[in-house]
Amino acid sequence: MSGIKAPEQVDASSAGAKVSSSSTPISYTALAVGVFMILVFVGVVGLVVASFFNAVPEISWPSFLVDSNTTVKKLSLMVFVVALFIGVMALLLLLVDSRKRVPNWTVAITFVGPALAALLLGLIWPGISTIIQSFYGRSPWADSERSEFVGFDNFATLFTTPEFQVVLRNTLIWVIVVPLVAVALGLIYAVLIDRTRGEAFSKGLIFLPMAISLVGASIIWRFIYEYRSPARPQIGLANQLLVWVGLEPYQFLLNSPLNTLFLILVMIWIQTGFAMTIISAAIKAIPDDIIEAARLDGVSGMRMFRYVTIPSIRPALLVVWVTITMTTLKVFDIVRTMTGGNFQTSVVANEFYTQSFRQFNFGLGAALAVLLFVIVIPVVVYQVRQLRLSEEIR
Amino acid sequence: MSVRGRSKTTALTSVVALSLLLAACGGDDTSGESDGETTGSEGTAGSSEIDCSLYEQFGDLSGTSVSTYASIVTPESEAYEAAFVPFEDCTGVDVRGEWSKEFEAQIVVRVQSGNPPDIALFPQPGLLQTVVNDTGKVLPVFPETEAVVDENFSEDWKAYGTVNGTYYGFPNSSNSKSFVWYSPGAFADAGYEVPETWEDLLALSDQIVADNPDGDVKPWCAGISSGDATGWPVTDWIEDKMLRDQGAEYYDQWVAHEVPFNAPESVEVWDAVGSILRNEDYVNGGFGNVQTIASTTFQDGGLPILDGACYMYKMASFYAANWPEGTTVAEDGDVFAFYFPANEGADEKPVLVGSEFIAAFDDRPEVRAFTTYLASADYANLRAKEGFGFVSANQNLDVANVESPISKLAAEQFQDPAALIRFDGADLMPGEVGSGAFWREATAWIAEGKDTKAVLDAIESSWP
Repeated sequence: MSGIKAPEQVDASSAGAKVSSSSTPISYTALAVGVFMILVFVGVVGLVVASFFNAVPEISWPSFLVDSNTTVKKLSLMVFVVALFIGVMALLLLLVDSRKRVPNWTVAITFVGPALAALLLGLIWPGISTIIQSFYGRSPWADSERSEFVGFDNFATLFTTPEFQVVLRNTLIWVIVVPLVAVALGLIYAVLIDRTRGEAFSKGLIFLPMAISLVGASIIWRFIYEYRSPARPQIGLANQLLVWVGLEPYQFLLNSPLNTLFLILVMIWIQTGFAMTIISAAIKAIPDDIIEAARLDGVSGMRMFRYVTIPSIRPALLVVWVTITMTTLKVFDIVRTMTGGNFQTSVVANEFYTQSFRQFNFGLGAALAVLLFVIVIPVVVYQVRQLRLSEEIR
Repeated sequence: MSVRGRSKTTALTSVVALSLLLAACGGDDTSGESDGETTGSEGTAGSSEIDCSLYEQFGDLSGTSVSTYASIVTPESEAYEAAFVPFEDCTGVDVRGEWSKEFEAQIVVRVQSGNPPDIALFPQPGLLQTVVNDTGKVLPVFPETEAVVDENFSEDWKAYGTVNGTYYGFPNSSNSKSFVWYSPGAFADAGYEVPETWEDLLALSDQIVADNPDGDVKPWCAGISSGDATGWPVTDWIEDKMLRDQGAEYYDQWVAHEVPFNAPESVEVWDAVGSILRNEDYVNGGFGNVQTIASTTFQDGGLPILDGACYMYKMASFYAANWPEGTTVAEDGDVFAFYFPANEGADEKPVLVGSEFIAAFDDRPEVRAFTTYLASADYANLRAKEGFGFVSANQNLDVANVESPISKLAAEQFQDPAALIRFDGADLMPGEVGSGAFWREATAWIAEGKDTKAVLDAIESSWP
């Protein structure tokens, strides 16, 4: 191990020397980062201070703290927060200077505590409460007279009602088709453009959609699919193409079940770039000696791809596959923006939102969220196991 | 040492950054949670516009505030704030408006989590019903307010704000759904007249089909797409026709589910609506076949009237806001609306209406005073003057104060003694039906050509 790492270490130390000789740019960066952090800190503190003074109206706070709507009050609030900031900083610096030994556990708590607290408050507690809610009727957290324990009824509804069966079927189609096609296309593209002229440009073309938000992409594609009657000029690209080759315009988003595939196409369009980038990087990381050895053994073309490239990039393929699968399971934006879940295109995440925040059927909504959670677990477990395996190999 | 030096610099920069940040935050404060004082200067004259003595019974309210939560956003919310100013000047109450498009998704969550606003403007009574039933935190209308409501609104309107026998909400802005939009110019050019009866309406539709044999121009255009509320415009068609064909009594039973949703009477009504909406000869001008109704947004639905691809579009009075800039909405303008006609020989004028409702979550004197103001004729008139399609069912609203011609027409409908006013049924049905199965199945009825009886059976079975 250490023998292999040695050249890198040399590199690193020489880079360090370079940095110290021209120290100004680095300290400017550090300064910028510092200023940014302070801005964030002050913003957060300001918010906390303001909401705190608003939250406890019983005590008569000075009016500039609660309701600063004039310039003088705003300035007073500013001075107050600056003073608070300086006070906190002074306290911190004092603590740093008082070179007393602090016990290890305080250090551990200081560093891990906030993260743990945030996880507990923001992830674990809501998770548990959602699971509890999924066993209740429409309004799980109302007073006892309105919340009603229904056991597994919500889950029974999900699996036995035809409309929810369509939702489950669609989700299944999404989870199978998107990773399969996106990884396959990404792989083929990455291999085809590897070490060609203009590789960066070709990569950029495929990667660009990643930079568009899902909602933005959905709006773009809704325009592409837009339908007008054959007698009128088409405004959607897809239908104009159909008309040019002499076919009738087609209602891409309306006709079930093919419309789900046209929604899936949007996700593939976005995710292929992601798959391609990771896979391409993995291909470049295949050591040259392996390829050369294979060449000497007379392997080339498809056999090289099958027996050398694929096995070498298997970990990367898995990571891409699992990541895209998880993104796809959570897909909500595309369905909501393009069809609103109508025309039998709804998926679990969209139905969860509709049930919770449109029908106010919070119990059923929670059950859908739990279902999504349960489906994601095996995928995550599989990924963690694969990661462990690949670490052992290394 | 160098660490010390750097910390001094950062401290200095932080002060500068801090002041910038605070300045930015300060700016946000005034626009986000707007309070009366910023608009107070123009409103000082307003205090004489309204009767302040009405609010003396609530004692000295100066320095208090009332939070108001609504789904209305700027610029429309500014019209509301302007209409609140005279009340603020009278009483010294600071009305804090919180305007959010996420109202419908958030209100239940806010109430459940113990953070309700003092007053909420519910966009439709179905949501008020849901919040009452699911949370139990809505307060009945205060007696002082109810007295003012009784002076200003007809008895029917009280029924729509009543849930399980308790009176919870009174109407804010209302709209009439019994309108068909058309182009007066196009009608005049083709020699068509505004139909007075349902039979005339069908005859006119046939006439238009006959006059345009190539099928490029159709009598009707329609659009029912509306995000996750897709399908609601169909429910307006059904309700309007139900009211005309089966009468008000049957309509009330239908809404209350005292008659089954899939009764033969219902099938007749759906078929009558289908004779227009599912008739390839009649629809969908400018967009294509019947199916395109489902993929066209209701906002876009009427626009082909402007380029002559269709002649008529049935949509509520609030559609006035959807015409592109520069379109004159008036009887002698580019577009206007006529009354969705009753059947031949009908002696009443059925009018289908929708409305926002105001309900309170907290009982403090200033909240009582404010809801009382919102029920008053003063508020209805002041708010109507600010425009944005505001029409109130308040009987003491002076129609002259209503800003646009179409809103005037709606206001006249509300005050017409011959009018038989009924509320949008889907809004009064339980959420599973009114904003669930009814919309979804109506969409399938149009988009997939689903059989009428099958559609009605599916909606019937969704009834909780």
